[in-house]
Amino acid sequence: MSCAVKKIEVKDLRLSYAHREVLHGVSFDIVPNEIFAVIGPAQSGKTSLLRCLNRTIDFCANAFVSGTVRVDGEDVRELRNVYELRRKVGMVAPLPVGLPLSIYDNVAFAPRCAGISARSELDGLVEKCLRQAALWDEVKDRLDSLGTKLSGGQQQRLTIARALSHAPEVLCLDEFSIAIDPVTTMRIEDVLKELRSQMTIVLVTNLTQQARRLADRTLFLYNGDVIEIGSNDVIFSGHPANRKTYEYVNGIFG
Amino acid sequence: MSDRQAMFAETPLGRRKRRTERVAKYFFGFMAMAMVVPLLLIVGYVVVKGWPCLSWEFLTTNPRGGGIRGGIWPALVGTIYLVGLSLCVSAPIGVLAAVYLNEYAKDNWFTRIVNLAVVNLAGVPSIVHGLFGVGAFVYAMHFGKSIISASLTLAIMTLPVIIASTKEALAAVPMSFREACWNVGATRWQTIRRIVLPNSISGILTGVILQVSRAAGETAPVMLTGVTVYKAVSDNGFFLYTLNEQCMSLSMHLYYIATQASGAPPALPYAIAVVLLAVVLLVNATAITFRVVLRSRKKW
Repeated sequence: MSCAVKKIEVKDLRLSYAHREVLHGVSFDIVPNEIFAVIGPAQSGKTSLLRCLNRTIDFCANAFVSGTVRVDGEDVRELRNVYELRRKVGMVAPLPVGLPLSIYDNVAFAPRCAGISARSELDGLVEKCLRQAALWDEVKDRLDSLGTKLSGGQQQRLTIARALSHAPEVLCLDEFSIAIDPVTTMRIEDVLKELRSQMTIVLVTNLTQQARRLADRTLFLYNGDVIEIGSNDVIFSGHPANRKTYEYVNGIFG
Repeated sequence: MSDRQAMFAETPLGRRKRRTERVAKYFFGFMAMAMVVPLLLIVGYVVVKGWPCLSWEFLTTNPRGGGIRGGIWPALVGTIYLVGLSLCVSAPIGVLAAVYLNEYAKDNWFTRIVNLAVVNLAGVPSIVHGLFGVGAFVYAMHFGKSIISASLTLAIMTLPVIIASTKEALAAVPMSFREACWNVGATRWQTIRRIVLPNSISGILTGVILQVSRAAGETAPVMLTGVTVYKAVSDNGFFLYTLNEQCMSLSMHLYYIATQASGAPPALPYAIAVVLLAVVLLVNATAITFRVVLRSRKKW
């Protein structure tokens, strides 16, 4: 099988913080334009896994990674230009972070860092991203006010808009809905369904129903081990390959 | 009495808690007030005692008769020279070093040694800095006893404190801001320039300016490295000195007049002290103004 059809290829990924191993040899592939969900209870290494994908794990001084992560066939740990990787693999953190800048500058931050400075281009980009994040209508009249003054849910959507602003090919969302109300969550889920034609989406979520609604395939991660990877038809079918998966998605444990 | 009333009824425990609360508030408040008193007493005392000697002429003319008559203009200018020059050296080095230590440095043995050095350097007595200045700048680097030597000595003395306060200001910027920037592909420098520095600049400036007032008041290090008790200079203008010669300074002048000169009017040392205090308080007021202005623009 050629690499061309795999967007992300993770092979035997092990990660330890100090001497505590939190990922014990995780392997999976993600194909282009799919929505790939990662579910699992707290402390099972979901966030750490995401951070390995765009190498923000580098900022943990005591983290030690082995195994390979390939994005478009390239080993991310051998990349010279890690900033390009992070633009390619966008990340939405679980807690909303409005940068202490205006709403406009929050969204224009990444394009500016990438060297785009033409106002007309930025204007279009900001509007597009804010629309995609379902925030435009609420903030279009006050783009100059501070991003940090928005409500929690709005800041979360601002964070999503910022992640979209550098046109990532892969969008990783880490528990994006914990600070948002159900209605907005549904709006963003609709957005994600539209976005999948343009990008690959990796969705880490505690809401198994969200994974069921959105994902094509789901990975069940438990204490740093992959318990099961499969299409949603199997995982949520009532008879997945592993009994633990069945118990987790049906709320029997975890 | 119904249950509801009973719930809010006065109990011995409730009374005791409220009394403790009241006592604590007034006790701590009293302590806070207590520290304002010495400042007011000191300022009031020197102003009253020094009043007879204070005048515009006192500020702007040269000393005569070995310093016991005339004004203090050269000392005032000398202090400004020393402090200004030392700041030009210590502020950039200190701030940049702190940015490195807080933003770039990994936690390894080298960083720990640097941090340890900073902390310990801050605790070295100023007279020891003075001796170091004599060895390093006056002799080894052949600057002689001069404004340059004295300023560099002051710079070395203020540097560790500037580094420490700048690091603190940088660390006050939440880590989540940096991570958000890194997540969208910003480099460390882009993150520092666009997010970290704009949001810590008030704290950085405050730390730097407070060191100005400390440098202005120091006598020991400059006395050994470049300040003289009396220097004949031209009668007017601000550019009294060249950097390779010695100068006068307020702190040294005060020391000399108060302990060495005979026949000075009793109000004279107090008047010099008033000027020195005014310089320090003026600089501090600038720092406070900076902080207020910049903090009103704080964005989170």
